[in-house]
Amino acid sequence: MAEIGQSPLRASTPIGIGAKAAIAAEKRELKTRWLLVSPAMVIIGLAGVLPLSIILFYSFMSPGPYAGVSFEPTLRAWVFLILEEDLFEETLGLNYAHISIFSRSIGLALGTTVLTLIVGFPTAYFIATRPLRQRNFWLFMISLPFWSNLLVRTFAIMMFIREQGFVNHVLLYLGVIDKPLSIMFTPTAVWIGLVYAYLPLMVMPLYASMEKLDFRLIEAAYDLYASRWKVLQKVIIPLVKPGIVAGSILVFIPSIGAYVTPKLLGGGKSLMLGNLISNQFGTSRDWPLGSALALFLMAMVMIALIVYVRNESGKSAHG
Amino acid sequence: MKIKSTLSLLLAGILGAGTANAGGELNFYNWGNYTNPELLEKFTQETGITVNLDGYDSNETLLAKIKAGGHGYDLAVPSDYMVQIMKEEGLIVPAGVNQMPNFKYVQADHVDVYFDKGREYGAPWQWGTTGISLNTKYYDGPKANSWALVFDPPEVLKGKINMVSEMGDVINAGLFYLGLPTCNGNKEDLKKLNGLLTDAKEDWASIDYGVIEKLTSEDVYASHNWNGASMRARLQNPEIRYVMPKEGLIAWADNVVLLKDARNVEEAKTFLNFIMHPENAAMISNFARYANAIEGSDEYMDPEMSKAPEIIGYEGAGTPQFVPPCPQDVTAMYTKIWNNLLK
Repeated sequence: MAEIGQSPLRASTPIGIGAKAAIAAEKRELKTRWLLVSPAMVIIGLAGVLPLSIILFYSFMSPGPYAGVSFEPTLRAWVFLILEEDLFEETLGLNYAHISIFSRSIGLALGTTVLTLIVGFPTAYFIATRPLRQRNFWLFMISLPFWSNLLVRTFAIMMFIREQGFVNHVLLYLGVIDKPLSIMFTPTAVWIGLVYAYLPLMVMPLYASMEKLDFRLIEAAYDLYASRWKVLQKVIIPLVKPGIVAGSILVFIPSIGAYVTPKLLGGGKSLMLGNLISNQFGTSRDWPLGSALALFLMAMVMIALIVYVRNESGKSAHG
Repeated sequence: MKIKSTLSLLLAGILGAGTANAGGELNFYNWGNYTNPELLEKFTQETGITVNLDGYDSNETLLAKIKAGGHGYDLAVPSDYMVQIMKEEGLIVPAGVNQMPNFKYVQADHVDVYFDKGREYGAPWQWGTTGISLNTKYYDGPKANSWALVFDPPEVLKGKINMVSEMGDVINAGLFYLGLPTCNGNKEDLKKLNGLLTDAKEDWASIDYGVIEKLTSEDVYASHNWNGASMRARLQNPEIRYVMPKEGLIAWADNVVLLKDARNVEEAKTFLNFIMHPENAAMISNFARYANAIEGSDEYMDPEMSKAPEIIGYEGAGTPQFVPPCPQDVTAMYTKIWNNLLK
């Protein structure tokens, strides 16, 4: 439509043949771009937008007697997100179970982000300050765990931290402890699993921005009598901030929806959002509530991303 | 022209190879760690049908997956009450099990079962009880023959208990411990049950299907468990004893059923007939360590099976009983209690 609307204008303006050709070329290029992008659009449409619309639709339906949905529109699922019917009376009250799962998920995800940052920052700095040839080796080591499946790695952690596992054997042998630590099936175990699983996602973007760091600036800061702490605070951190933010987002998002790690290491007892959602489609047989929860999780992630993007674009406008 | 004919030849070759090989395929959905791989190998050798195996961890998971559709499975193994539910939901179809040649081997008392009178739908797979596995190295005191082991545990077991992730088993265990009737819709009783479970949960390490490994690695010292799984744990660690609590316990029977949207129906029926043969039924039991319902399978079974306390019971053991599916409103209450517990 826009093209048709514009064409009379163009015809009335005297323009040279060269310009016309340029416009034609531009149009062709635009067409090619659309063609190139269309497979991705089709995939996103079929595998992303369509299922999401179904989920949205289901979230406004009633649950079927044995799983599934019965097509009676209701807001029940959205109400039950934070409220719950008393187990035995027909009264509504705050759903403390859901609220504790939400806060546990957010808490564990934030904690994981902070811990991976604390561990990942020096690691990335170490790699970035190696000679060029060694860097590739260290990066390879960081990405090595990605070569095997998360499930396999989680089982490996279980072997490591269980009561009869490596950690306890070593600590007992060294006399640090006199009876084995019970780490399995506690939030600590979930934490260990999450930090381990997502650490590379923090190190990679941190390294990417540290690699570009101009180390002469650090020298200059020292020359001007800045303390080590001041150098870190005023020079390094501001310069690698994009890496910190990108890494934090990359770690926060998958950990808030983590499923395998809390299920295996938490023993199916301290649920996180991912497990709560999967339960609705399994044993709890409440697809509408599961759909509403899934959309709620997505909304939280989206809000976090939008806040970040806005902050960033605001900054570049000033800068 | 030449290229075309070569291509079509090649195509014919591929198709031909495909059909020559086609003893068919079968998609089998069974509980995890419950199917003897040698049984499937033997089946493929005899019939040329390849079996793809996939696993689940509870009757609820099975129901949810089948109900969702698009699963691609032909056969599944629901427990007794779940057969009834799947029948009511129209998820399974009669496979004519009682018309099959090997049906004559099914033990008489396993033919007219409440969930499938005369066995139109399901071929018997294995049956057993749900009690407790106890590592006697850590505790063997006065509570060792009671559900108190998991609901009011001695100090040493606290935080070292696993429960199976099966709603019916956990709720009925609680009802047995409280001495209340099963299939109970009484609100006062269910309040007591809910209180019992939520309090006891504080002492549990996990609620998970992977029981054998948790016991043998001593991640837990006691676990709500099925008798065959308990025997498998004992064979790895002799100190693990199967407790059949004096208050009573659940008996169950798993059955192989034909799913409504099965695509390999003939192959599935061949398999149903196959597993009712004594030799094959014995292979099933020798792996998972539960009793089967097939006459004459004993002579093919490992000798230790006939002496196993997990199967034949012991002096002072509680009485196992079947619990049919409860009315819809009772199940709905159970589901609420179960969800509340899992949170």
